[in-house]
Amino acid sequence: MSTVAETIARPPVIEMLNAAITSARAPDTAVISGINWIVSLDDYWVIGGPTSSGKSNLLVTAAGLQRPLCGVHRLFGRELPSLREPERLHERLRVGMVFEDGARPFPQLTVAENIALPLRYHRDWNDAMIRQRVEEMLDITGLSAFADSAPLDLMRALIPRVGLARALALGPEVLLLDNPLAGLDPRQERWWLDFIASLASGHPSMKGRKMTIVVTCDDLRPWTSQGRQFALLKGKHFLPLGGRDDLKRCNEPLLHDLTAAHSS
Amino acid sequence: MEDTSTSAPQFPTQQVRPKARLVRAFFDFAGRRVIQWMDRTHELMAFALIATGVTVTKFNVAPRVIRPLIRSQIHRAGVRLLPMIGFLGCALGLIIIGQTVSLLTQIGAHTLIGTLMVTVVIRELGPLLTTVVVLARVGAATVVELGTSRARGEVEALEALGIDPVHYLVLPRMWGLAVSVFALTIYFVLVALLSGYLFAFLQDVPLPPSEYFRQLASALRWEDFAMLTLKTAAFGIIIAVVCCYQGLAKPLRIEDVPNATTRAVVSSVVACVLVDAAFIVAYLLI
Repeated sequence: MSTVAETIARPPVIEMLNAAITSARAPDTAVISGINWIVSLDDYWVIGGPTSSGKSNLLVTAAGLQRPLCGVHRLFGRELPSLREPERLHERLRVGMVFEDGARPFPQLTVAENIALPLRYHRDWNDAMIRQRVEEMLDITGLSAFADSAPLDLMRALIPRVGLARALALGPEVLLLDNPLAGLDPRQERWWLDFIASLASGHPSMKGRKMTIVVTCDDLRPWTSQGRQFALLKGKHFLPLGGRDDLKRCNEPLLHDLTAAHSS
Repeated sequence: MEDTSTSAPQFPTQQVRPKARLVRAFFDFAGRRVIQWMDRTHELMAFALIATGVTVTKFNVAPRVIRPLIRSQIHRAGVRLLPMIGFLGCALGLIIIGQTVSLLTQIGAHTLIGTLMVTVVIRELGPLLTTVVVLARVGAATVVELGTSRARGEVEALEALGIDPVHYLVLPRMWGLAVSVFALTIYFVLVALLSGYLFAFLQDVPLPPSEYFRQLASALRWEDFAMLTLKTAAFGIIIAVVCCYQGLAKPLRIEDVPNATTRAVVSSVVACVLVDAAFIVAYLLI
């Protein structure tokens, strides 16, 4: 929610203009088309949509991992395909991504090695600095006790935290989370909501800098009190809903479905 | 051929003689196969080019991550395969070389022993057999490994962390397998030649060891060393590239992995034999 002057001064973080996105399995067909979406700095977006409505594809495209079928996609005001490799990598690394379904940790590495991998690959830090950063990440995600275990030996609810810690290790400015609450119990849900809120308002491990957050979900209930901007994916379309107040006034049936309590 | 395939549906089937139909069906089948094969070769070559490009452009990127990976590939494909290669070398030596040596000595052609050994064991059988063993043991496992990690989305996760999957997954395997196949071939050849002589000795073949080794040494030319190095490294790189390609390019679901593995083994063997043929031509030209 930034003013025009601010937008001109600082380009939006993610920008999609009239974009159509595809999936990896069918690269020639559009999953969602006509997306006009601008994520400004320090925004907290929550995007709801039923299962297989293209939430993951939207995030993967937003992160610059997949090219849109048509239309414009900019990261920090720059179109990735037009950049040279080092610059493209630099822009890409400003965006962290936590995948759906367990956040895809690398099973052949230990939890600590998972977190250290991006640091060892991109930073020329010495071992002590890397160890310190890894310990910090383990500490904030509550995984310190499992540093040397294989990620898939962890309790199911803790596995996605490995992916979270790995995505945060490089200190990105934007964090995209794909359905992070899927399959979690209420206590774990609480932890994730609180943690994401603390990242959005400036977490000490990120040098207190506020992070821009984009979350997708198939159940909007826990997020209505968290997000600042909302959107829905409905029938191959991207419907921006506005802020929390607009949410209350909105009478979109899908929104009602995604926020309705279970009727039993 | 184009003509027949486009006009085929216009004829009622009864009017076409069964024999002609069979011929047409065969051509259709063969044509489809050839086109499919060319497509796949084309993609494979593109992948090989990308891998080579990454080798050159990222030669010194993140050595702290890549070098341990190369070492672990050498350990896996080279060091841990030593007993197996030793066993095969012994078997080959005892069964084939030993018999050849004793037969050649019986017919008085023992002056040919050196040439025969160098041609058969050092130039051809050594590299090919070693490659097939490495392919069976490591290549197939590579396809399964990369295929499942592709299907589970871990390759995408690597990209999300700004790590080039070709650099992280393919490069260490290319280098690791090239070094491993080279080293294992040398072991294989040495074990086979020694155990072959042992067998001949046990059969009381009147051939003193000095004569056997003198013949071997005189039959070896400097090209043999250069070619052996080039050839084994090429074989290692071929199986690494083919297996990585099959593992990374196609499977988007776990169910695709078994098919990819079968294809990888078949195309690796075919590619290696073709390259081997190219090396034979090179030998003849030198």
